[in-house]
Amino acid sequence: MSDPVPLTTDNPGQVASVPPPAPGRSRRLTDRGLAVGFISPALLLLLAMSVFPLLWALYLSFTDYSATRGGPANFIGFGNYTAILTSAQVHQRALTTLIYVIGAVGLQTVLGFGIAYLISRRTHGRGVLTTLFLVPMMLSPVVVGLFWRFMLDAQFGVINSMLGSLGLGQVEWLTRQRTALISLVVVDTWQWTPFIMLIALAGLTAVPKYLYEAASIDRASEWFRFRTITLPLVWPLLLIAVMFRAIEAFRLFDLVYILTNGGPGVSTETLSFHVYKVAFLGFNTGTASAYGILMVLVVIVLTQLYLRYLNKLKED
Amino acid sequence: MAVSVDEAVSTGPARDHSPPARRLGGRGRSGLEVALLIVLAVVMLFPVLWMIETSIKENRDVYAIPAKFFDFRVTLEHYRDVFVAPDGGRSALSVSFLNSAVVAGVSTVLATVLGVPAAWAYSRFAVKAKKDQLFFILSTRFMPPVVVVIPIFLMYRQVGLIDSKLGLILIYAAFNVPFTIWMMKGFVDEVPAEYEDAAMLDGYTRLQAFWKFTLPLLVPGIAATAVFALIFSWNEFVFAIFLTSSDDVRTAPPAIAGLIGGTTTDWGLVAAASVVFALPVLVFAYLVRKHLIAGVTLGAVRR
Repeated sequence: MSDPVPLTTDNPGQVASVPPPAPGRSRRLTDRGLAVGFISPALLLLLAMSVFPLLWALYLSFTDYSATRGGPANFIGFGNYTAILTSAQVHQRALTTLIYVIGAVGLQTVLGFGIAYLISRRTHGRGVLTTLFLVPMMLSPVVVGLFWRFMLDAQFGVINSMLGSLGLGQVEWLTRQRTALISLVVVDTWQWTPFIMLIALAGLTAVPKYLYEAASIDRASEWFRFRTITLPLVWPLLLIAVMFRAIEAFRLFDLVYILTNGGPGVSTETLSFHVYKVAFLGFNTGTASAYGILMVLVVIVLTQLYLRYLNKLKED
Repeated sequence: MAVSVDEAVSTGPARDHSPPARRLGGRGRSGLEVALLIVLAVVMLFPVLWMIETSIKENRDVYAIPAKFFDFRVTLEHYRDVFVAPDGGRSALSVSFLNSAVVAGVSTVLATVLGVPAAWAYSRFAVKAKKDQLFFILSTRFMPPVVVVIPIFLMYRQVGLIDSKLGLILIYAAFNVPFTIWMMKGFVDEVPAEYEDAAMLDGYTRLQAFWKFTLPLLVPGIAATAVFALIFSWNEFVFAIFLTSSDDVRTAPPAIAGLIGGTTTDWGLVAAASVVFALPVLVFAYLVRKHLIAGVTLGAVRR
């Protein structure tokens, strides 16, 4: 590892031999130099690859620039923003995204917590079970999306095949408007339930045993124990997981791209997917930038809430 | 808030269950719970098993209606197709796997080299507005990739980084640096600063103290962090699909996704490619299972 900071030139001998006040001062100076030298390369990379692009997008959002047409970017004020905020298309995508986020994150939370609770009550095989349950989470969204697309195929998909052998009808999972959105929620739930489970399990195993013992001496019912001991203690951590998932779900793009490509019609187009269409298929770079900046604002608000809460939790 | 990750993930024996907890009807209920867990585990694992099964099925069994669960002919030709092109040369997929390894590897090294010293500095020194800086750093990781990719695309077009491995490496490094800093700060916090103070009393400079005493203690943490960064870069899709197009640069996720473009899709090949792609991730994830919570929450939640 090559550190970009050759700021410290004093050698050990010097530090040891000089009289007391001097090393203290020079050390503080080098500490400062070290801190700056160690932190700034990382920050510079972030400035170049995250902040600068966003500022550029912010600039473009006030213009009618198009990446393909080229030509100069004309300043059009808040035109793009008003166009987006009043667009019925955008409202529809926002609704789709909202349904998806609430549906998927809600299901994941219930299922994930349920599985974690069941696992936490086991004495044997906990590690093996946990490891097995975690597999979907580690897969790439590409693999997950492709594979579910195959399994949900109306003709030779294994899901319909199983439904058929149970005597149930075939479902056109990905080609009907309503079922397509449901499929998206199901696949996301399949992949991310382990995430909630993992964090809930950490919370559940951290609940001190003596609390339960005290409760059982008092002959408290199982439900009472769950409601008054388990849930309040696990809830803060669970909320962290839920918020994290909500932010991730809000930005969802890859799964939509692979699984349904937004269709049928526009029924599974999330906001991210719509931005992509405006930017890369419609070539309205200015409009897409404004759209993106609005999404970034939402993400910033959500992230701030998340980080504030995280911070509060850490300080307790 | 104390959260034990080891407890949740380690394969070691779990804590003893206190006898009073399973007094009334404990047996029956316990059995029901086990059954429920098994059913849930089967549901969660079925898609993965089905993927593996499809990858070793002969083509006509892949498309069989109704689906064949057990009585199918085993073949390894899909796996051969992943690596070998029809003309006997190297397949485009195998090139993309190589590209993925290069891009993920180099970007991880870059993120580690930039992130670890920064994490140490944040942990040890009184930096101005430290908390705000750290929050800002993590916020950049939450930006929607589709939004970031628009200006990045224009930027890369200007400087000629479109469709180059270097372009992907830089953007992946940038999205792994926040994670590396947050994750590593946790590990550095666990190493007492007194070690460095003691070394400095012995005459070492601060930098030497970091290099000779703290860094060796951080190696397991650095390894775990790097493995997560490697997984994130390896799995990444959005930047890859928008910033690269040619076969010699494309990484595996867009290459695998590209297999379903035409009128017919060779699902056996898709399955085999997916298995080859996912296997290293699962192995690596297993190796860092102790740090999984910190890893998947980008270093925000830890013990």
